[in-house]
Amino acid sequence: MAIIPKWAFILVGIVLLVLAPIGQGNYVALILCSWLMYTIAAMGLNLTLGYAGQISLAQGSFMAIGAYITALLTLSGVHWLVAMPLAVLGCFIVGLLVGFPALRVKGHFLAFVTLAFNTLVVLVLRNEDWLTGGSYGKSNMPRPDFWLFNTGTKSTFLSIPLSSNQKMYYLCLAVFIVFALLMYGLIRSPWGRAFKGLRENPIRAESLGLDTRRLTLLAFAIGSAAGGLAGALVSPVVQYIEPNSFALQHSLRILLMVVVGGSGFFFGPMLGAAVVILLPEFLRFTEGYYLIIYSGLVIVLMVYSPSGLMGVGSRIVAAVRPKRVARTDMKEGAQL
Amino acid sequence: MAQFLQVLLSGLATGSIYALAAIGFTLLWQAAQTVNFAQGEFVMLPAFFVLIAMGLGLPLPVALLVALAVSVFVLGYLFKRLIVEPMKASKTGGGLPLVIATMSLAIFLKEGVKEFYGAEAQPYPELVSGGSWDVFGAIVSVTDIAHLAISLGVVVLLTLFLNRTRTGRAMQATAQNPDVAKILGVDTKRMVLYTFLINAALATLASFLITPFYLAKFSNGEYLGLIAFIAAIVGGFNQIRGALAGGLLIGVLDNMTATYVTAEYRAAVPLVLLIVIILWRPEGLLGTSEGRSV
Amino acid sequence: MSDTVLSVRNISKSFGGIRAVNDVSFEVGKGEVLGLIGPNGSGKSTLFNCVLGQLRPDQGEVHVNGKPVAGMRACDLNRLGVGRTFQQLSVFPEMTVLDNIILAGQEHKGTMWSRLFGSADAGLSGEADRLIEFFRLRHLRQEKAGSLSYGQQKLLDAAMAFMAGPDLVLLDEPAGGVNLTMLGNLKERLQTYNRDHGTTFVVIEHNMEFVMSLCTRVIVLAEGSIIAEGSPEEVRSNQQVIDAYLGG
Repeated sequence: MAIIPKWAFILVGIVLLVLAPIGQGNYVALILCSWLMYTIAAMGLNLTLGYAGQISLAQGSFMAIGAYITALLTLSGVHWLVAMPLAVLGCFIVGLLVGFPALRVKGHFLAFVTLAFNTLVVLVLRNEDWLTGGSYGKSNMPRPDFWLFNTGTKSTFLSIPLSSNQKMYYLCLAVFIVFALLMYGLIRSPWGRAFKGLRENPIRAESLGLDTRRLTLLAFAIGSAAGGLAGALVSPVVQYIEPNSFALQHSLRILLMVVVGGSGFFFGPMLGAAVVILLPEFLRFTEGYYLIIYSGLVIVLMVYSPSGLMGVGSRIVAAVRPKRVARTDMKEGAQL
Repeated sequence: MAQFLQVLLSGLATGSIYALAAIGFTLLWQAAQTVNFAQGEFVMLPAFFVLIAMGLGLPLPVALLVALAVSVFVLGYLFKRLIVEPMKASKTGGGLPLVIATMSLAIFLKEGVKEFYGAEAQPYPELVSGGSWDVFGAIVSVTDIAHLAISLGVVVLLTLFLNRTRTGRAMQATAQNPDVAKILGVDTKRMVLYTFLINAALATLASFLITPFYLAKFSNGEYLGLIAFIAAIVGGFNQIRGALAGGLLIGVLDNMTATYVTAEYRAAVPLVLLIVIILWRPEGLLGTSEGRSV
Repeated sequence: MSDTVLSVRNISKSFGGIRAVNDVSFEVGKGEVLGLIGPNGSGKSTLFNCVLGQLRPDQGEVHVNGKPVAGMRACDLNRLGVGRTFQQLSVFPEMTVLDNIILAGQEHKGTMWSRLFGSADAGLSGEADRLIEFFRLRHLRQEKAGSLSYGQQKLLDAAMAFMAGPDLVLLDEPAGGVNLTMLGNLKERLQTYNRDHGTTFVVIEHNMEFVMSLCTRVIVLAEGSIIAEGSPEEVRSNQQVIDAYLGG
């Protein structure tokens, strides 16, 4: 590990990501897009849950809000470059509001409030036909044209033919890389340290001058904004959205990505999303059984390594470190 | 007025079935601090055991008994032994990972039924089928009355068991303070196991009663599980009577909204109720904020 | 006194019918080390919580550096220059010792935005290292706080209270559960810090030996009222204090 620097791994990773869809069909490009989009959403949830310790079962609904805002705007002729930041901003604000319950309740209760919120969003999307198209949803959202790089059409680049789907993948990849850099900066900054402090010992954190209320709200808002960013990509990539594609089970999937990957590990969500999105593709030969096998594997993983796949890795690397998840150490913040 | 009475009664009948699942949920929380996200699937599954047993040629009463036995073993004993116990034993597994594990279990059960039994809704026999009575002009379904009577009867029996018998009191002691209970010579492990078995039995009963309404379908658990949570939280997470009240309240509210207000946002009512209750009274309507008393 | 750091004026607080604190007043000047002692149920914790702004007294006022603290949030009190420790260990177990210390100071450095876009250590590495050095934790700098021994965590806990350069530090039973060697170590470090920086301490403690050797002044509470006040020697020989402790 120490001989090869970290950035070399990352560079190799980026090169692989750039090469991944070349020569592959549309389907592979779409699967890879979906992996990157879910990774973005999961990294957002990882901030809220993994770093700041606030459980949320509503990440799917933020993808929905982001996707619908983007769809409505781009369908009415607004460029994606304008629609995307608005989607992110919208989710940031709604996320801020969803954070308020977290100031009152923690743990399981918070899980239920956010779960209820997710279900409510889906209900509104389904029932407000005039805006959202009801159960039929929205379709045929345009793919963005970046003048030299029109993702809506086929073209050739350095004599490599690129389909529209492959171009969308590169858009996702670009967004993902920028987003990951920003997220990395955030985690490394004093803000990231403050979020971890909130997770590990909120009472102590407050006594050290950290405004834990503001931190909690920000953790929700930023995590949700990432969900909105993922949604802003869903709209042009899938070009068809309907309420059920953001139902509770999708929030659970995103939560699974975070936990299976290893919550609180920076690259955990990438791995988790890969497992949740890509593994089914490899398990296709099992046909309908893959969800059974998959859920069975998750149960086994949780029973034997509660800190996820990254946990398995770091357990092998450093055997002695005690791991804690979320708020098991609440009682340590003294109550006087 | 007659319509109101009808709506109220059928709401209470469904609500009492929700309450069964909610009570099991509460018991598990108290005795083992386990939030079971698969509770809905625990209600969905036993109906299929009945169908399988009937498919083997067993008459309905025998099929019910077989299904009960299998459910208690699988959803009670195996659930505790294979999933909850190992996770509780590890230092980190009790919190979020256990939540994830029960969520995965929900998917596992749902997909299992879909693959091995079928995705189509299956007709399911009514336990009590009857006509209806005319009470002051209101048409009262005998099935509703029977459901209400059975569910409430079971709740009363359960309460008597917990309060009047030695084992029941030992279970309560275990839920309230396992360390002290252990010192007093209570076999706490056994008591926790009983709780899991009782939860499975309650879920099974709820399954028998509610499945005729929805038909037996692999996805039944999604809504039922959510309702059970909401009922438990709204009533009071740490109280049997709270879960009962929560179940009844949601059953009635659900029916009332659908009849008098809006069918579109019918499903939203319990959710909004949940959010309001959690923010306004996190301990639930009848709950106590401290301790985990039964 | 012009350099009064903490002033407590006529504080009373009842719970139900029970008067936990009854008309207590005292002042603490800059650089003083005040011990607050008393048998169980004497009202120490209630008084302490009033000083921390966590409890609103029925009567009376608490001022820190001339500002009233009643109902103030813990984070705002800290920004006013009050550091504290907790009875139970209170560190961030999954973070390194260095990160624990930096976290303890970062809210006092720069603005929200400079903390987002500025350097990762908020420019506090040097200061943090000095404090780590001072509390003799240098060899543990990159260890996770949760993997430290109890005594080491106690030192870290104390160090965090000092990171922001507070005017007043409230120590809640600092000696609890610490072995004798570590206790001497802790006391010596606290005294040195007090001498070097002139920081004011208020200590709540059960361990008499520790209080008497650390503090410059001691206040004894019994049944919600001050029954004695003075230097450790004066208090030690006070008949009322002896009676209170022996259940007289």
